[in-house]
Amino acid sequence: MNRTLSVKHLLGIKDLTKEDIELIFSQADEFKEVLNRPIKKVPSLRDVTIANLFFENSTRTRLSFELAEKRLSADIVNFSASTSSVKKGETLVDTVNNILAMKVDMVVMRHSAPGSCLFLSKHIDAAIVNAGDGTHEHPTQALLDAYSIREKLGSLKGKKVAIIGDITHSRVALSNIYCLKKLGAEVMVCGPSTMIPKHIQSLGVKVEHSLRNALEWCDVANMLRIQLERQEVSVPYFPSLREYSMQYGLTKEILEGLSKKVVVMHPGPINRGVEITSEVADHTQSIILEQVENGVAIRMAVIYLLAQTRRTEKEVV
Amino acid sequence: MANLTLVDNKHLGLIINRLCYQLIEDHGTFNDTVLLGLQPRGVFFAERIVEKLKTISPKANIKYGKVDPTFYRDDFRRSDKTLLAQPTEIPYDLEGKKVVLMDDVLYTGRTIRAGIECLLEYGRPSSIELMVLIDRRLSRELPIEPTYLGLSVDSYDNQKVKVIWNGESGDKVQLLTDK
Repeated sequence: MNRTLSVKHLLGIKDLTKEDIELIFSQADEFKEVLNRPIKKVPSLRDVTIANLFFENSTRTRLSFELAEKRLSADIVNFSASTSSVKKGETLVDTVNNILAMKVDMVVMRHSAPGSCLFLSKHIDAAIVNAGDGTHEHPTQALLDAYSIREKLGSLKGKKVAIIGDITHSRVALSNIYCLKKLGAEVMVCGPSTMIPKHIQSLGVKVEHSLRNALEWCDVANMLRIQLERQEVSVPYFPSLREYSMQYGLTKEILEGLSKKVVVMHPGPINRGVEITSEVADHTQSIILEQVENGVAIRMAVIYLLAQTRRTEKEVV
Repeated sequence: MANLTLVDNKHLGLIINRLCYQLIEDHGTFNDTVLLGLQPRGVFFAERIVEKLKTISPKANIKYGKVDPTFYRDDFRRSDKTLLAQPTEIPYDLEGKKVVLMDDVLYTGRTIRAGIECLLEYGRPSSIELMVLIDRRLSRELPIEPTYLGLSVDSYDNQKVKVIWNGESGDKVQLLTDK
């Protein structure tokens, strides 16, 4: 097994190798054990300072990153755009450079602009972890999704995963496709044709427009949220939420009427009654809360591995 | 690398036998004792001891686990090697127990320090003892000494003492010299 990551930053799953993903998973296994100890904290990152820059709203990702950092004993500084100088017209590089001048080793960033993390990695000297850049990638979510499937089904190889919902606006979908394909799973995307990007087949995924067909095909159904905030009001993607939910909402009746037991996932936040009903969200086949638990272990593994790589690189130079 | 065999398979078997009897002398039925092998290589040593103890004293209540010191090491971001964690498996409450920590080679003492810090997260043992197969006694950087000792070895810093577990000729201890 590889002993180091092949990358200095986690900008997207696209840049990772299969070995990188497996290394992250093997370390996440150990961190998961740490999270179940009486004392859930290790001192590894005592001298590492991490800045969490959230230019876009987030609850669970931000909490999950913060918790992961605290469990590793890192020092953290938090930043959210709504309370900062960004409102006064400061540029991204200036904002970040100001934070780095305070000797920060790592930056976890969420931003509404796709590619903002790549841009930042070229301009500043710190390890960058992408916590979601616009509609581009959300790598830690894809890692924790794949990790949760591996935990539930043993392995990803040959498993069939359907990603259902708003594929066009979803960074989770893109990162998941890259991650699942690298680990040898088969992927299908399913949703109204207005919400499936053209040429998505070039990523090696199947496209399906019927929810029932997708569910009959898959072992795992990853239900995505309808991202109303990313849809321009002038361009309707579907007639109404009610109609979307009639056609693409997963109900208990549909789930239990299938010929096999399909694992249900959701990256959150859930719109109960839109993409899945409450009964499905709390169903025994749903692993939504396991995903949240695994999120902390995966983020600990990513931060731990990046913090080490960084130092090694510096010493070579 | 010139290799010198310090302990062959037969000799190592004798040492393990002796250490087991020492443990039985001090711990009796092992009711209040937890044996912990240090990841990664101390686990092999600990497994040999546990196996032998079970044949010598089949009725003893032997509790055995593994402890990984990685997250507690003091060379994170300071060494060229990436520190990767191994499983920690301590399925027992250590509160009030007598812990015997086991490793194959005691060198600077830093790994043992990290191991102790890790196991303290599982409760407050009444005591912690240390059992090592090989003690490179001239190379200590921390005030840590073994309670139970297989063999003391005097060596230089450019040498490496390596225990080979499950090799072609069974288990053996070698002194490797960098030339």
